[in-house]
Amino acid sequence: MADDLVLENVTKRFGSVTAVDDLSVTVPQGSFFALLGASGCGKTTTLRMVAGLEELTSGTIRLGDKNITDLRPYRRPVNTVFQSYALFPHLNIEDNIAFGLRQRGIKNTAKKVAEMLELVQLPGFAKRKPMQLSGGQQQRIALARALVNEPQVLLLDEPLGALDLKLRRQMQIELKRIQTEVGITFLHVTHDQEEAMWMADTVAVMNDGHIEQLGAPTDIYEFPSSPFVSNFLGQSNLFAAEVSGKDGDDLLLTAHGERFAAPAGRAHATEGRVWLGVRPEKVRLALPGEETPAAHNQVRGVLTDTCYAGVSTEYLLKTPWGQEMSVFSANAAAGEPLSPGTEVVAHWYAPHSFVLDRPAGSGDEMTQYSADPLGVAP
Amino acid sequence: MRFWRWVADHWVLVVGLLVLAYLFLPIVVVLLLSLNRPANRLSYDLTPQWTFDYWLHPFGAAGIGDALRVSVGIALVATVVATVLGTLMAFALARHRFRGRGVTNVVIFLPMATPEVVMGSSLLALFVTMRVPLGFWTVAVAHILFCLSFVVVTVKARLATLDPRLQEAAMDLYANEWQTFRKITLPLVLPGIAAAAMLSLSLSFDDFIITNFNSGTTVTFPMYVWGAAQRGIPRQVNVIGTAVFLLAFVLVIIVQLRGRRKARFV
Amino acid sequence: MEWSLRNVPAPRSVRGGAVTAIVHAGPSTAELPPPVVSRRRKWIPYLLLLPGGLWLLLFFVVPSIQLAGTSLYDRSGSLELGYSQTFAVGNYVDAIATYWPHLLRSAVYAGIATIICLVLGYPLAYAIAQKAGRWRNLMLVCVIAPFFTTFLVRTLAWKSILSDNGPLVAFFRSLPFFPDDFRLLATPAAVVCGLVYNFLPFMVLPLYASLERLDGRLLEAAGDLYAKPVTTFRRVTLPLSMPGVIAGTLLTFIPAAGDYINAELLGTPNEYMIGNVIDSSFLVRLDYPQAAALSFLLMATILVMVFSYVRAAGTDEVV
Repeated sequence: MADDLVLENVTKRFGSVTAVDDLSVTVPQGSFFALLGASGCGKTTTLRMVAGLEELTSGTIRLGDKNITDLRPYRRPVNTVFQSYALFPHLNIEDNIAFGLRQRGIKNTAKKVAEMLELVQLPGFAKRKPMQLSGGQQQRIALARALVNEPQVLLLDEPLGALDLKLRRQMQIELKRIQTEVGITFLHVTHDQEEAMWMADTVAVMNDGHIEQLGAPTDIYEFPSSPFVSNFLGQSNLFAAEVSGKDGDDLLLTAHGERFAAPAGRAHATEGRVWLGVRPEKVRLALPGEETPAAHNQVRGVLTDTCYAGVSTEYLLKTPWGQEMSVFSANAAAGEPLSPGTEVVAHWYAPHSFVLDRPAGSGDEMTQYSADPLGVAP
Repeated sequence: MRFWRWVADHWVLVVGLLVLAYLFLPIVVVLLLSLNRPANRLSYDLTPQWTFDYWLHPFGAAGIGDALRVSVGIALVATVVATVLGTLMAFALARHRFRGRGVTNVVIFLPMATPEVVMGSSLLALFVTMRVPLGFWTVAVAHILFCLSFVVVTVKARLATLDPRLQEAAMDLYANEWQTFRKITLPLVLPGIAAAAMLSLSLSFDDFIITNFNSGTTVTFPMYVWGAAQRGIPRQVNVIGTAVFLLAFVLVIIVQLRGRRKARFV
Repeated sequence: MEWSLRNVPAPRSVRGGAVTAIVHAGPSTAELPPPVVSRRRKWIPYLLLLPGGLWLLLFFVVPSIQLAGTSLYDRSGSLELGYSQTFAVGNYVDAIATYWPHLLRSAVYAGIATIICLVLGYPLAYAIAQKAGRWRNLMLVCVIAPFFTTFLVRTLAWKSILSDNGPLVAFFRSLPFFPDDFRLLATPAAVVCGLVYNFLPFMVLPLYASLERLDGRLLEAAGDLYAKPVTTFRRVTLPLSMPGVIAGTLLTFIPAAGDYINAELLGTPNEYMIGNVIDSSFLVRLDYPQAAALSFLLMATILVMVFSYVRAAGTDEVV
């Protein structure tokens, strides 16, 4: 599209450390795009390169058909909302918000400032000083200060990190609303996977300077492409397995002597060594003797722990080969949770599985938790 | 009894206040001396005779007005030059990473670590060798030298507390480097620069040793006092001393109050 | 597969993977060092340093080197006849041999004065930093204010306070252990007293700066962990305020060691310090090589003490 933000082969090195490694990504115009990753993965560096606050070691950044790689920050139609807000303490709110406008030579700023204050729901704050505002209010002013310039891309550097939970939820809804209303491209950097999935149209999971997976939240959550993504977004149970055959559209897998099935369409690798994965919330528990539905994979085990969290209960069970498996069970019905020591059968609808490639050398150890398998008859 | 209990609990504060009183003791004595008529010219004792004469004729003693004028002039020149040069250096040291930074830090620290006798005498040697006539300007040069280090340290400390993100935010909002400096950095560093200027003023006005070495026949206020100490100090000296103290004290209090009122909104 | 993220909040379990913990931890601190403004234009810092640097070079470094050179001149020369550079290291030997009492005296007086300043200044700095509350700024002004009455005027005031006819000496004479002709003026005590008074603010201000940054909650934590106030001071406050102690000690000792005004105004030639000697060598006896040697000796001794003190106490940047 016309004004997409395109990063091509962007690399950033600090001395011997490579923070961003040959990154290429296209952020569609008007979308809410999240860069998700843990500390040190390079997401903030990438953002700062788009803003012009860091120089690239190599690569190009284009906005539409304009190459902005070598432009100084004040020449780019891009604005940033900083993690620490960076409001100018010696100017009042109105002068803060109008700063960018005045720098570009726009004289009558009062009306635009008032409109912005309405948008972020802080009318009448024009004459106050930043120090007088609470964290949440400062964050909204920082947003207003950036948005008022109508940039082509708005960059947000973990803007909600310093807010308490309730306020953060509120701001997440606000930001999403504003983005939909204003229609500007938002590039949002965060380490909070929930936040990314709630707000963004597209999420890019970054690890060690490169993007591991990119897609809509549901897509990358339901079908992660690597063990890293499967455990960074939510949690996954991963079983070391081998493909032992095919049955029509399904793959037949063997793991630790047990047999499983998964659709070939839910597999990133269709032969040899694989990881068989399933999300804990997809798994149900049945007591031995109960019938488990057809087309379900199942694993027997003994419950080792129960965590009751009100809305749901998390169970940990130990498999016959000593691996710990977690199961999230929504407390849809009243009743006592199962107690540790109970023998259970964990089962899940086979198409809920996903299959990942397993390189040589990983997953060959029995388990990371303990070494003594239980004596459960297969 | 309760009073002593309070003292025991707050003994640190009490000791602190006592030390503070100790600091002010001589000032009070100076004030008293300025209002007192001495028995003879060489006496430093207080007599029962009190008078306002000296306050009414503060420049009555010969040469005191000139000495004061010279001191103030040198102080102003030294402050302006040292503050400008020192601020530039502080910016270089605080904001940039460059080769020779460590060496520069040491060279700036050295004048503060050098005893005044050494600095004064080495400057004298320089002026003599270069055959520069001693006087107002040689003293000013010397004062700029030792004020420079203090200015750098003060402004650097203030710069260190400045959030670099503010400059980034300004550039992100279309201000180039010069505009960012003018509109964001400078206003926020100004309190540090002002403090450095005040420090320079007082250091320069107060200096004796280095001045003595490099002044030739020019007489500054401290030199006047020193010279008079042999012949008998006119009480006007105490008047001037008290007056300058009060003036500076009131000035600083005013600045503090203004700062406090502004701080509620900054 | 009827399932939607928005309906079922992901369970926040304590166990089940360290990754979940990472994800829900607090905001990450900045991943990178603070930015350097205008990194492209590498010559800017040098330009900024140029005027001040030139000044320091011309009026400090060059004279210091020249001083070193002068100290090695042949002492038999004079300003009119000129000096010959003979690398007379003997000048130094002569200087030490003649004036070692003064050097020693300077070190002792300055040392005692510094210790007293520390003992007096620490409680004051602590009181201002931790106990003053809204009087803090006023107290700070009160520490700096006496500066404004010029050094000499203040010192002369001590001449009044310590005068033989004054109330203080009268008080001491009335006490049983002191002789009737007890004096305070013209004694080492007076000189040290003057030194202490004049350099006390130099001790208090760095101490204050260091103590002000001390987080009161650390002291509370120490108390919570069964530490008595003395222990808290010894093991928490003192170590953390060490940079201030070092800076204050240096800023006090160095000018005190080189001072000669207190000795001249409040003492007799028996109390003269090395500063007095250098002053008279330069201005009265016009023995430049010897004066330069003494200056350099003083300077070098101080520098050695500064750097070894700083190294021993473990801070790398003094300013």
